[in-house]
Amino acid sequence: MPETAPNVGLLVTCLVDLFRPSVGFAAVKLLEDAGCRVEAPRAQTCCGQPAYNSGDKRDAKALARNVIDAFADFDYVVVPSGSCAGMVRKHYPALLADDAKYADKARDLAARTHELMAFLVDVRGVEKSDARYEGTVAYHDSCSSLRELGVHDQPRRLLRTVAGLNLVEVPDGEVCCGFGGIFALKYGDISGEIVRKKADAIESTGADTVCAADLGCLLNIAGRLQREGSGIKVRHVAEILAGMTELPPIAEGRR
Amino acid sequence: MQPTSANFIANARDAIADDNLQLAIARVGENFGAKRQQAVDKLPEFDALCGRAVEIKDDVLAHLDYYLEVYERAVTASGGHVHWCATVEEACETVLRLCRSVDAKTVTKGKSMIGEEMEINPYLERHGIEPIETDLGEYIIQLAGEPPSHIIAPAVHKTKEQVTDLFHEHHRKFGKTERLTEGEDLVAEARELLRGKYLAADVGITGANFLIAETGSSIIVTNEGNGDLTQMLPKMHIVLASLEKVVPTLEDAATLLRLLARSASGQEMSSYTTLSTGPRRADDPDGPGEYHVVLLDNGRSELLGGEFQDILRCIRCGACYNHCPVYTSVGGHAYGWVYGGPMGAVLTPALIGLAEARHLPSATPFCGRCEEVCPMQIPLPKMMRHWREQSFQRRLTPGRERLAVALWAWFARRPALYHLGARFAIGWLFRRARGRGHMRKVPFMRGWTLTRDLPAPEGGTFQQQWRRRKRA
Repeated sequence: MPETAPNVGLLVTCLVDLFRPSVGFAAVKLLEDAGCRVEAPRAQTCCGQPAYNSGDKRDAKALARNVIDAFADFDYVVVPSGSCAGMVRKHYPALLADDAKYADKARDLAARTHELMAFLVDVRGVEKSDARYEGTVAYHDSCSSLRELGVHDQPRRLLRTVAGLNLVEVPDGEVCCGFGGIFALKYGDISGEIVRKKADAIESTGADTVCAADLGCLLNIAGRLQREGSGIKVRHVAEILAGMTELPPIAEGRR
Repeated sequence: MQPTSANFIANARDAIADDNLQLAIARVGENFGAKRQQAVDKLPEFDALCGRAVEIKDDVLAHLDYYLEVYERAVTASGGHVHWCATVEEACETVLRLCRSVDAKTVTKGKSMIGEEMEINPYLERHGIEPIETDLGEYIIQLAGEPPSHIIAPAVHKTKEQVTDLFHEHHRKFGKTERLTEGEDLVAEARELLRGKYLAADVGITGANFLIAETGSSIIVTNEGNGDLTQMLPKMHIVLASLEKVVPTLEDAATLLRLLARSASGQEMSSYTTLSTGPRRADDPDGPGEYHVVLLDNGRSELLGGEFQDILRCIRCGACYNHCPVYTSVGGHAYGWVYGGPMGAVLTPALIGLAEARHLPSATPFCGRCEEVCPMQIPLPKMMRHWREQSFQRRLTPGRERLAVALWAWFARRPALYHLGARFAIGWLFRRARGRGHMRKVPFMRGWTLTRDLPAPEGGTFQQQWRRRKRA
């Protein structure tokens, strides 16, 4: 019995929109391969975390309402980022709890929203990737994926099915990379020190590639590895799982 | 201590550049973190205990006035005295008055964070009374003239070599001229010198991990037994405690104790758990002649019923410090006041004011590990966010930051304009990178580029390409 393809709204995230559109297209491919119809509504901009984390609650609420309206008509909303998915799933309902018009809508959206890896494995039952990737790959857990959403096994299960890929664990993997959005700019010394240690931990694995499901972490880690002159390649996990690795890794130039 | 929390950014920068400090605090995560996990794994009912502990403290905080009065009656009945102090000044004056009443010249001290809030050591010194710290860590930093940098490991920022230097410099006057480099020898020398101090002290001051309402007892936990000698030998025992330390029964304290040491150091129990109930009774072989509790508020009662009440559940295990990527990068002194780490980032603004301490709750990546390891399930990140919101509302957040957020949000609320602006901004950044894939310097992003490159954008936004693809 052919099930009707669910309508999935892709919450692209502002960082993917701006810095790495390929991640968005890799996510689209993975979702389409998993039998979904995908649309990326143009009314979306950002989930509002920069305002929310700066203490600007008024703007955070306005942006949350914008996202809620933009994704009102989808069966599911899928996000290639743990922190933005966590924002919608965990924080929107709290943020708009007192909003007569949007409190229910926020809870409804939260229930329909999923982080990409969790959606593929838990909701769509995807068990394997058809991609090939030659290399030793470390997977970095973003704090939001790990602690807000409990995503841990899903990306690893899929990565293990990629032909040619050898998956390794990063020591102290549950420790933050130091990104934290605005934190990385405002408290650059501290953020830089944290990512220095993270880069050391990644290098200690002997991996030639590190991937994660959050572009924020990846920009941070790639920026640090690049500054150190490390040759480790940095990619979003969706790029690897979708077999879309023609583009140079994050922070590396075109050859 | 005069707070330096307002200088947090500079403090942190200095701390990161301090090689000795970095060497010393590298042990925090390695030691405490792994040991806590092992201890938790060995106790299947750990989570259930946490749930019970939260209930106990929430009940206490909901009826704090009641439990404190019950506690006071029990202390009085056992022959002790409770001194209610709203402020640090009152608490210091009370301690001084008590010390003078027994004509005290020297005071031995067990570890007390309330003592740090009160700055009791410099206060007593100014009034001609010599305080002597008896916890080894506290003793070390007293020699160094520094405040503690961690609530359970006050000298964790010192390397063994630094301790060698301190002892060599300060113990010379006691005829100890040998330069000791082994941990055991250093401990033995400190112990030998402290023994004499215990016997000579007129007053012993300790903190309290818990106050028991039903019995009027105070409880301290130590690994060195220094607290016992501090409070047993002198004429008078003074307990410094903040008012949220009270719990209803000994049974409740036992529940909390099972969580405390496991969360703090990974021990099942601390080596010593000492209960004190009143002064020496007629048939007691030893003990202090007088027992006083200085009960300090210092702004805590104002947190009751508000969005920061949950921080008063804290039992000071330090697990949040040990698992915090910020604390383990900058150490405790950078926070600029008594408390550091995530619990300090929440409590400090409440006690010394948000204007002074606004950086502390802002300087975190919201990684959430503190909340995960907190045995009292305190929603630390949520409360840090409340402080950020207050900081923004009260315009303590600098104008340029508020302007940047407001400007960005103005665009983000207007999708058509935002997407147009995004194309221009990202096009500019893309051209700036000149195909190198990364940039070493970018205007307005010095905080980022100080320690890492900025990856270049791929070129073109997703929305631009998505529309192109759909048209095709």
